[in-house]
Amino acid sequence: MSGVRLLVGTKKGAFVMTSDGKREKWDISGPHFGGWEIYHMKGSPVDPNRLYASQTSGWFGQLIQRSNDGGKTWEPVGNKFVYDGVPGTHQWYDGTPHPWEFKRVWHLEPSLTDPDTVYAGVEDAAMFRTTDGGQNWEELSGLRGHGTGPRWQPGAGGMCLHTILLDQNVPGRMFIAISAAGAFRTDDAGKTWKPINQGLNSKFLPDPTAEVGHCVHRIATHKARPGVLFMQKHWDVMRSDNAGDLWTEVSGNLPTDFGFVIDVHAHEPETIYVVPIKSDSEHYPLEGKLSVYRSRTGGNEWQELTNGLPQRDCYVNVLRDAMAVDSLDKCGVYFGTTGGQVYCSADAGDSWSPVVQNLPGVLSVEVQTLP
Amino acid sequence: MSTATIRVELPAHLRTLARVGAEVAIAVQLNGEGRVTQRAILDALEARYPMLCGTIRDHVTHKRRAFLRFFACAEDWSHESPDAPLPEEVASGKEPFLIVGAIAGG
Repeated sequence: MSGVRLLVGTKKGAFVMTSDGKREKWDISGPHFGGWEIYHMKGSPVDPNRLYASQTSGWFGQLIQRSNDGGKTWEPVGNKFVYDGVPGTHQWYDGTPHPWEFKRVWHLEPSLTDPDTVYAGVEDAAMFRTTDGGQNWEELSGLRGHGTGPRWQPGAGGMCLHTILLDQNVPGRMFIAISAAGAFRTDDAGKTWKPINQGLNSKFLPDPTAEVGHCVHRIATHKARPGVLFMQKHWDVMRSDNAGDLWTEVSGNLPTDFGFVIDVHAHEPETIYVVPIKSDSEHYPLEGKLSVYRSRTGGNEWQELTNGLPQRDCYVNVLRDAMAVDSLDKCGVYFGTTGGQVYCSADAGDSWSPVVQNLPGVLSVEVQTLP
Repeated sequence: MSTATIRVELPAHLRTLARVGAEVAIAVQLNGEGRVTQRAILDALEARYPMLCGTIRDHVTHKRRAFLRFFACAEDWSHESPDAPLPEEVASGKEPFLIVGAIAGG
């Protein structure tokens, strides 16, 4: 029977959790790198035992760890992230120019074809790539240098490049998202980029429909249909049917359209999931009830999913990289909370159960479907 | 150019990273006056334990990371020039060079 491996990054270490296809009983190892913030871990699609982890600390800076045995053992690899050329400036919170400064790696996205090639999304926002398994990193500076960079501004969590989507159908096409700059696309493997924010409306901007400046929290797509994108923006849930050229709002009947995560069912490209959060100043579920919302229509019509989730006194958040789906026949859906719970649904969201309940605050959740 | 064996104490997380105990002994080049400096110690430490590169000082500028401190002989050397000679007791191995995580955060 096939199984799954969860890769959970927390504020105080990494955890690796495995289960068989039933996804009822879990073996949990960790904390790996205890005491360090693990912003993200992800495995190579072509070599599932090759894992990468972003390990960071306010004291000691950034490390990248690599595993060749599915997370049993790890080795530190290269951690030198230097911007290409003169870094220049972006906008600071008060609108003044501020020099680009590397702070941490938010997201690691292994290549679809080569286990030694990985893309890294970093704060201050930029994209780096390694082609030697993490030993050396070079900036894909066409993103930061394409022209709008000086107008980007940090969100409350910092100016982070937090989402990287690799298009398996169109060679060289990638999508990324930055808080608070927006979404961007390259069609030539990262040499040139363009903002893809038309249709977004952000009331906190002087020009709510500006080319850049939108606080995009997460974008997601179905592997087989990567030209259709879904977005959880600061406020608003959006979709695009033309690779980001135009977005339309699909918040529909959601009780609040603020949130961080969004993901797509592994086998149903029109089934999507969000976790509504009360507001930008109250980062917890409405009325203390933790709910996932599912749309089977690609947005607009949403169904509340609560079976097995706490329905009183729950004031956790679900951060932007903390939801994932597996590709077993009954699609598994997973998310982690700032309260240290990791929830699993083995039936596409109909029912939920905790995998673990008392971890440090969860920063990221990824899942691998194993043969 | 001559060298001396210097004792260096690392904070707990860096010991784990480098897979060493609380104190390491490393051969450090002495300057022209036979003295040891912060820069020479950190150069030798990073050469011996490359996984520490970037964790104590910046890769490029070699500026000390903000929440780390350098102590020797009960004095704070964090704000001294990296090329300032450290006390003789460090060069002789009588006293260790301490790399300390600042009390900050939670």
